[in-house]
Amino acid sequence: MQPETRKRWLIGMLPLALLGGLVALILRTGLADSIRGEAPPLEVLSFQRVELTPAGFVVEVLNDGPDPLRIAQVQVDEAYWAFTIKPAGELGRLGRARLDIPYPWVKAEAHAIRLVTSTGITFDHEIPVAMTTPQPGWRFAGLFALIGLYVGVIPVALGLLWYPLVGRLGPRALGFLLALTIGLLLFLLVDVTHEGLEAVKSMPAAFQGLALFAFGIGAAYLGIEAFGAWLAKRQVGAGAAWVTALLVAIGIGLHNLGEGLAIGAALGLGEVAMGKLLILGFTLHNTTEGLAIVAPIAKTPTSLARLLLLGLVGGLPTIAGAWLGGFVYSPTLSVLFLALGAGAIAQVIVQIAKGMAADRPLADSLRTGPVMAGLFVGFVLMYTTGILIQ
Amino acid sequence: MKMSISRRSLLQLAGLGSLATGVGALTGRPAATPEPAANAAMGHHAGHAMGAVGRVSTETFDPMSFLRAWNFSDLPEQERARFYRETPQPDGSLLREYELFAVDREIEIAPGIFFPAWTYNGQVPGPSLRATEGDRVRVNFVNQGSHPHTMHFHGWHSPDMDGSMPEHQVAPGERFVYEFDAEPFGLHLYHCHAVPLKRHIHKGLYGAFIVDPKTPRPPADEMVMIMNGFDTNFDADNEVYAVNSVAHFHMADPIAVSLGQVVRIYLVNLTEFDLINSFHLHGMFFQVNRTGTSLEGRELTDTLMLCQGERAILEMTFRYPGLFMFHAHQSEFAELGWMGLFKAGEGPLAT
Repeated sequence: MQPETRKRWLIGMLPLALLGGLVALILRTGLADSIRGEAPPLEVLSFQRVELTPAGFVVEVLNDGPDPLRIAQVQVDEAYWAFTIKPAGELGRLGRARLDIPYPWVKAEAHAIRLVTSTGITFDHEIPVAMTTPQPGWRFAGLFALIGLYVGVIPVALGLLWYPLVGRLGPRALGFLLALTIGLLLFLLVDVTHEGLEAVKSMPAAFQGLALFAFGIGAAYLGIEAFGAWLAKRQVGAGAAWVTALLVAIGIGLHNLGEGLAIGAALGLGEVAMGKLLILGFTLHNTTEGLAIVAPIAKTPTSLARLLLLGLVGGLPTIAGAWLGGFVYSPTLSVLFLALGAGAIAQVIVQIAKGMAADRPLADSLRTGPVMAGLFVGFVLMYTTGILIQ
Repeated sequence: MKMSISRRSLLQLAGLGSLATGVGALTGRPAATPEPAANAAMGHHAGHAMGAVGRVSTETFDPMSFLRAWNFSDLPEQERARFYRETPQPDGSLLREYELFAVDREIEIAPGIFFPAWTYNGQVPGPSLRATEGDRVRVNFVNQGSHPHTMHFHGWHSPDMDGSMPEHQVAPGERFVYEFDAEPFGLHLYHCHAVPLKRHIHKGLYGAFIVDPKTPRPPADEMVMIMNGFDTNFDADNEVYAVNSVAHFHMADPIAVSLGQVVRIYLVNLTEFDLINSFHLHGMFFQVNRTGTSLEGRELTDTLMLCQGERAILEMTFRYPGLFMFHAHQSEFAELGWMGLFKAGEGPLAT
């Protein structure tokens, strides 16, 4: 090593070494305790997953607070109830425990689980509608696949059927259509961001949901940007239009993954039941997503196989999301997927807008009548079909 | 866990059927039918599953010995003399002197749940005090707690002995002597009357004060039951209900009683936050002597309702051997700890 290099290393390491010393000092002396004084322990317990089995409840919890805690008793519907807990005893910071509570719960009625710690602090979880939690298996995998098919795959495929029509449109009509797509996607972006921020609230605070959400958006945006650039460079398929369509399909697919996740989780945890109206709403709503996918390739001859591929990329993730949500749901996973969806959609919006602008400034291309009408109609279309699933 | 699918959420119970039917057809069985076999099995075992899990430590407070103790009779003679002295008076009555102190102490109110209580003599309920009508009662009260406290007795006394006005508050480290004649005979109580009253009572500062008639009531197996509750999470609602503080204690440790012998329960309601509490006994009836101010009961019932501060002497005789449940006839209180068992058996009491 050159003397100069060694010097740089030493200078670089010095603050770190001092930091290490400071950490040791804080840990080994009672400094932190004396600052804290006689403040009582801060207990925070986060419910990770609550399953309903024929025998009762299975509850997974996480100590989300700075101090250890001890679960002393369990109340179900305001009654002390038998339970077993693994591991027994003290639960350290970020420690997880599983409770088995035998309970004769009543189908379709509400139940409340309350955990009482050794200091008498209580943590509540409400089961609004009791239903047996689907266990991974053919029956529920089939049910969730069916739901995914209804709300994701079929609607997107129906939207793709407009492909022959959009090919026959003039430039003004096409501008309108692309703007409409952006309107649809903007709506989805708002929606998926809202969902993500909601999911952040149910995450353990220690996992810093908002930061994770922001990171996910950035990662997805840049990831898809890079993927698009890579595709374009390799001249895969029919050029830029095809790449754009594929990226739109990926963005919508990621969004639908998040959508499937939410549906699967809600169904799995008995928090929602899919009604006829809800299915209808999703079908109408998501059909417009198919339109968004075919708009960029309106003037590009595309084989049926490729159309099919686009449909599957956009729609199939709904099924995967429903499976994930129903069987292995966790708030953290949900936030991450919703963030990926948001980032992907944002990237696609930028991609389409750039394509429309071509060499002109972006504002110029957006100012035209058909484009503004398209943006407006796209948003309104999503908004009105959205009323059905609210 | 909060999980919302916000935009998607639609609570539509009937809806799943329409979708699930399709799957049912695929798999050859209805998707959303109940599981009757499993549910029936659960119902069968459910009775054994209700109740607090585990046992409390009885080292510092044993509900079983509290039940039949008054005037510190549960202490060894030597130690008892430190807290309770009797001095005969010229007129044949007694001067009864008590040493009581308020002290902060953590108590176990259900297995593993510890409550930062304010106590008389380190226990909740406080020691049961018992005198005969006409006796002189002198209570040397020392406040060793962290807040001002008092002792407010129900019974005849002059206003300066009431322990209720701002000037009656005994500051931490200070003492006060309460003195009065025990009257009228009956079942009374004492509690802290410092403000805020609600907190001083629910933190545990209360106990029974029994005044016997000059002609004693007939012999019986006597016990003190104080209905109480504890708010552990500061929501002005009790997480634990009990008689004598410990949730479901007598479910695991039934109170042994003898067949044919009169059982006399001194029942006091000191539940905070809830308007009323109640006592219900299975399989038999009891005589109710409200406030204990009569010589015998005047109402035969199996369920009695009492407001906070109300009390009654209950008398019953067990006819059949075996376990008899007793509990608040408010199901919520019962399942949150206010429930126990008597175990009736042949022969003299084995306690």
